[in-house]
Amino acid sequence: MNTMSNAMTASLVDMPLSRQFGAYLAETRCEIRRYLRMPSFLLPVLLFPAVFYLMFGVLMSSSSDGGVARYLLGSYTTFGVMSPGLFGFGMSLALERDGGLITLKRALPMPPSAYLLGKLVMAMLAAATVSVLLMALAIGVGGVELSAWQCLRLLVTGILGVVPFCAMGMLIGTLVKGQAAPGVVNLIYLPMAFLSGLWIPLSMFPSFLQKAAPIWPSYHLNRIALDSVGFEQGALWPALLVLVGISVAMLGLAVRRLRRSG
Amino acid sequence: MDTVPVSASSPSASPHSARPRSGRSDADAPLARLHNAYKRYGKVIALDGIDLELRAGELLALLGPNGAGKSTAIGLLLGLIRADQGRVELFGRDPQQLAARRQVGVMLQNAELPPTLRVGELIRLTSSYYPAPRELAESAELAGVSELLQRPYEKLSGGQQRRVQFALAICGRPRLLFLDEPTVGMDIDSRRRLWAAMRQQIAEGNSVVLTTHYLEEAEALADRVCVMAQGRMISEGSVDALRDRVRLKRVRCISRLTPEHVASWPQVSQARMDGDRLWISTDAAEATVRRLLDADATLSALEVQQAGLADAFTELTAAADASPANEQKEAA
Repeated sequence: MNTMSNAMTASLVDMPLSRQFGAYLAETRCEIRRYLRMPSFLLPVLLFPAVFYLMFGVLMSSSSDGGVARYLLGSYTTFGVMSPGLFGFGMSLALERDGGLITLKRALPMPPSAYLLGKLVMAMLAAATVSVLLMALAIGVGGVELSAWQCLRLLVTGILGVVPFCAMGMLIGTLVKGQAAPGVVNLIYLPMAFLSGLWIPLSMFPSFLQKAAPIWPSYHLNRIALDSVGFEQGALWPALLVLVGISVAMLGLAVRRLRRSG
Repeated sequence: MDTVPVSASSPSASPHSARPRSGRSDADAPLARLHNAYKRYGKVIALDGIDLELRAGELLALLGPNGAGKSTAIGLLLGLIRADQGRVELFGRDPQQLAARRQVGVMLQNAELPPTLRVGELIRLTSSYYPAPRELAESAELAGVSELLQRPYEKLSGGQQRRVQFALAICGRPRLLFLDEPTVGMDIDSRRRLWAAMRQQIAEGNSVVLTTHYLEEAEALADRVCVMAQGRMISEGSVDALRDRVRLKRVRCISRLTPEHVASWPQVSQARMDGDRLWISTDAAEATVRRLLDADATLSALEVQQAGLADAFTELTAAADASPANEQKEAA
């Protein structure tokens, strides 16, 4: 009798791995559905960098060899993959905290990492879309010639490059209220993009701003992106190290805050 | 009984290492319990050392004015917050363990679910967190949302949204349901259906913890009522026992006597006019009625009533407010 009820309890409590995996899958699927059904959020994130690139990188650049268009392809990819991370994580997390969804999910037996994975996968998909759009514009309209290897490298840079900005957005999302989140994210996103030379090359900046550029994670991601499209940047491991470090540190802080206060 | 020590000041020393044998299922063991739980937010004492045990197959109503500590108590049991002192146990485990919460269903007061997801998608998603959830159709049927499965959540009325939230609470076949103000914003029909669904959960041997502002809800459903005020449990027992604690009866009648005159009688604790009726509160209804009839031959429309749960509740919480012990505690 007692063994039977023990066995029953065990089956209720212990979840087979396949079902646990199912929770991750379901969370990710729902996250993607939510965004696909919210074009007012998704379209600006996807199209804003593309329109910018078309204006400044393709139409206004006069060089005949496509050098400017090629250079700006790297920078705008960096610019474009920052926003799915910052906005996707930062805004949605802040709103979901305000609305009590996070509290509910914490009360439910949802594996916390399933929630994060859902948002991460969505951000990566958006980053991949942005990267592909920009490459299509560069090759199709800007006359930039890219090898398959370069395309692949830039795509991978975009998809993985979104991670530190997800961590950053997540930290912002745990710190600010839902209503304030879009403003705060923009206040960080746009100056950071400008100051790390994504719109105007750093060489045109006053020297103190040039020296300060490595503060910004986007500067490091941009080096990897530029290297991918053929502008050699020397050793890339420091950039990688910085990005991994920032991701880990910010994720750690955010998870700590979420655990404490939800 | 094994217990899990809880200490908020050192989260790293959480009970994982010193966990007791978990998943024990003695028939008598409470499903969840708070033992001398204490929680403060800055200067405010939210929980002042409360004890609470939830047993199998019972519907427990947790009552109390706003700020009494009901939500904090539930937050502790769900692992949303940690106690400053005391012990918190959910199925013999630390509530912050997923395994403990896999036997729990939750409906919180305000949770804005993703607006663009459909009802069926929301139920499926929540079911995926549980080891042996109900079929989608069964959850929907129990909560009365079968016709809404294809509708986006944002397109539903407030009452429908609450029903969907109830579906999410029961979809995982939980043994213990936490329902925080579940019927707020519901029309009478939805409320009746939810009451029936709660009774069904109890009939299946599950337990429900209900917080509510509607005392008639507690009166209609609860096996046991706990009244909280200022972070303490001031009363615990059946609805009848709680009502009996208030011995006062209400006497109403049409009379020429003035409230001032009647209030001077020793057995009358309070008298006033309620419209054209004389309204008397007394702990000796028979003696009061006899004296009334003697004093006023024209008296009519006489009514005598047992105090309701609402009266008992008002009286209990007012007494707790007035108790000087609380101020000493605050100062300490």
